[in-house]
Amino acid sequence: MASIEMKNIVKKYGDGFPAVNDISLDIADGEFMILVGPSGCGKSTLLRMIVGLEDITSGDMIIGGERVNDKAPRDRNLSMVFQNYALYPHMSVYENIAFPLRLAKTPDDKVDRLVKEAADVLELHEHLERKPANLSGGQRQRVAMGRAIVRQAEAFLFDEPLSNLDAKLRGQMRTEIARLQRRLGITTVYVTHDQTEAMTLGDRVCVLRKGSIQQVASPRELYEQPVNLFVAGFIGSPPMNFLPATIDGATLTTPFGTIELDEKRAAAVAGHELLLVGIRPEYFEDASLVDEAKKHVGTTFTAKVDVTEWLGDQQYAYIPYDAPDAIRTQLRDLSRELDSEELRTQAIVSIDSTSRIREGRDAEFWLDTRKVHVFDPETGDNLTRDAEAGAELTRMATEDREEQVAEAAGGLTGERSGSGAGTGSTAA
Amino acid sequence: MRYLFRPPADEAAALLALPWEQPLAEWDESLLLSVPQRGISRHVVRFVAAEGSVFALKEIAEPLARKEYSLLGEFVEEGLPSVSALGICVDRPADQEAILVTRYLEYSMSYRHLFSSPRTQYSTSQLLDTMVVLLVRLHLAGVFWGDCSLSNTLFRPDADGLTAYLVDAETVERRPELSPGMRRYDVDLARERVGAELMDLQFGDLLSADIDPIQVAESLPQRYEALWDAVTRTEVFRPEEQRYRVAERLQWINDLGFDAGELELVPTAEGVRMRVQTRVSEPGQHRRELLRLTGLEAQENQARRMLNDLRSYRAWLEQESGRPVPEAVAGHRWMAEIYLPVVEAVPRHLAGRVAPAQMFHEVLEHRWFLSEQAGRDVGTTAALASYLDSELPRTPAEMTTPAVLAAVDEAGSDTPS
Repeated sequence: MASIEMKNIVKKYGDGFPAVNDISLDIADGEFMILVGPSGCGKSTLLRMIVGLEDITSGDMIIGGERVNDKAPRDRNLSMVFQNYALYPHMSVYENIAFPLRLAKTPDDKVDRLVKEAADVLELHEHLERKPANLSGGQRQRVAMGRAIVRQAEAFLFDEPLSNLDAKLRGQMRTEIARLQRRLGITTVYVTHDQTEAMTLGDRVCVLRKGSIQQVASPRELYEQPVNLFVAGFIGSPPMNFLPATIDGATLTTPFGTIELDEKRAAAVAGHELLLVGIRPEYFEDASLVDEAKKHVGTTFTAKVDVTEWLGDQQYAYIPYDAPDAIRTQLRDLSRELDSEELRTQAIVSIDSTSRIREGRDAEFWLDTRKVHVFDPETGDNLTRDAEAGAELTRMATEDREEQVAEAAGGLTGERSGSGAGTGSTAA
Repeated sequence: MRYLFRPPADEAAALLALPWEQPLAEWDESLLLSVPQRGISRHVVRFVAAEGSVFALKEIAEPLARKEYSLLGEFVEEGLPSVSALGICVDRPADQEAILVTRYLEYSMSYRHLFSSPRTQYSTSQLLDTMVVLLVRLHLAGVFWGDCSLSNTLFRPDADGLTAYLVDAETVERRPELSPGMRRYDVDLARERVGAELMDLQFGDLLSADIDPIQVAESLPQRYEALWDAVTRTEVFRPEEQRYRVAERLQWINDLGFDAGELELVPTAEGVRMRVQTRVSEPGQHRRELLRLTGLEAQENQARRMLNDLRSYRAWLEQESGRPVPEAVAGHRWMAEIYLPVVEAVPRHLAGRVAPAQMFHEVLEHRWFLSEQAGRDVGTTAALASYLDSELPRTPAEMTTPAVLAAVDEAGSDTPS
């Protein structure tokens, strides 16, 4: 196992266009890092530079303290998991896991120990003597993972591994990968375009846009303290609503009424004429269902509901609003960049599933104004981000991870804990 | 549902009646052609016959199907050895995956056959070299395979040698030029896959005893590097050597089965630096020539062999008649008097085991062999009879190409019993 450090990494293709532009990122030993962003953001290119598939134009790629820019993929001892795995029908599950070691002429007793250790972690023990034809979809994927484990790689790398699976298997595998990563405590870099996958899997998530890092933080920090419009719009489903607003002192005027800002936030947004207020769907509620004691921390407004969507355990209402042309264009561009089809001049509002708000009628809503963010429409910057609160969220996530890795380290024996040197010889 | 086909695809019409709305795994047996297991696939693959041709159908996620369809189209256009795609069926009901339809590569052999029959005429070394040629060819064309394995390769006899074809382009990525890392990764993957596939045959008692999977796999990277170096390296030599060194290099590249595209000679202080841009497509001059003269389609080495025969026949005709014979006339007469009598002499029960062009080559080989033994030319008629009697039956019935099987099936069902 090893840490992965990237220092000022640049990747330019023949046409001079930087696919990856000056990226610096430290991935701690044992950490689960997600690279996420819409297509063309550079996430796969970055992963491929870690693996050694892409040349690095400039900057340093350091794995386990060693610069690997000029090392062949094989010599980096990393494992691309699930990459087009094949199961061999005449070989038992045991041999299907063991073959990379066999090809590397590993002694039998060592093969046996490594395969059994991996099978324990993967809960494949009772299937070891069976032929792979009888395995379920999830078990097959676990065999593929077993191969990666016995190689004792420095890190696992996943490049959109679930994108071609059906929804059910995708959900199963997501849980499986998360569980295994915790148990093995192995450094993992995972590329996805799917923000839900990013939020549920990673210790930290690195959000990329056009070859540059936007924010690297725990899922919760990204959600609650995004640095800019791009991250705010990308993270969360349904997405954050962006309402045009003007400011007068500490009072924001929006299509859904006024919002009073506290002193600190009011100071942060002073001097801007036009602003964008970012409100997550769950900050809204059907006003008739809000406790009187709580009402004062928000505002109440009336709006006409276009559509409601009842999903059993939750309910959404869609409320169109007017926006100046400039804002409308900008939101449309953002939408396009995020590969999203949402109509952004329509707020998506989460209301209690028991709410009887009806389509096509005026309804009274309540909005919790404590957590709203205010963005500068020109630069996209989040003017009200609380960096300290954000850092605290990520610090808490890091603590959790370190605890889990420490627990996992007690669970595995042998060479795995003596990371780095000496493991290269068994890599296939 | 939608079907996407690239014209000309006349065969496509015959396939439209198939039950595309059903999962491929549930299609009625009577619609399918049973083709022996060719390799390991992660997807459901089935075969069907229509209008005398055989097609492979693969169920696969739509973005992958679209990508593979367009890549295979590019490859065929550029003359890269790959199977050709007929089309795709997308938007199937109940969110089913797409189906990619490729044309079956007739008279091809899978590694399972080649490595498991001890009497096969091809050595392991020859098979590996064939595969390495394919990989080098793809890499020169900027194709990162990402899944190079024996299961994804088919082999076709070409006169005395073999040609390897790419069968699966699901993981392919195309670049103007591959980075060394991508090439190495592809080779590492190939090494691992080949090793595992041979081990798998060994576990199934299907591998000849004299083949060691680990040793075979280990030799692959070296073979690759040697060939890559041979076709791409820059050489420096003294100006006075220039003429013969250039000729030597070109000859060597041709011998390896490649064509030189462009030569770049740059005088430097140390001497002349030569860089050869090696062409990736199969050298096709003989194929094209044969097609022009006879309308026959064959592979390059087969075509070379047939053209040689055609030329000696033309010389004989000219000698006999005492006047020049135009090549078009010679081509026509060679077809009617030499080629067709040979390939049409195959009895029904042996039909479809060896491709006609390959069989013609083998009959000529056999004639040479018998003549040498006899110390005189035994003639084509005698050679053919002996070949049909003793040689052709050695290719097992399982090797019968599916298109011929399908034709036999069809004829059988038409005949009242």
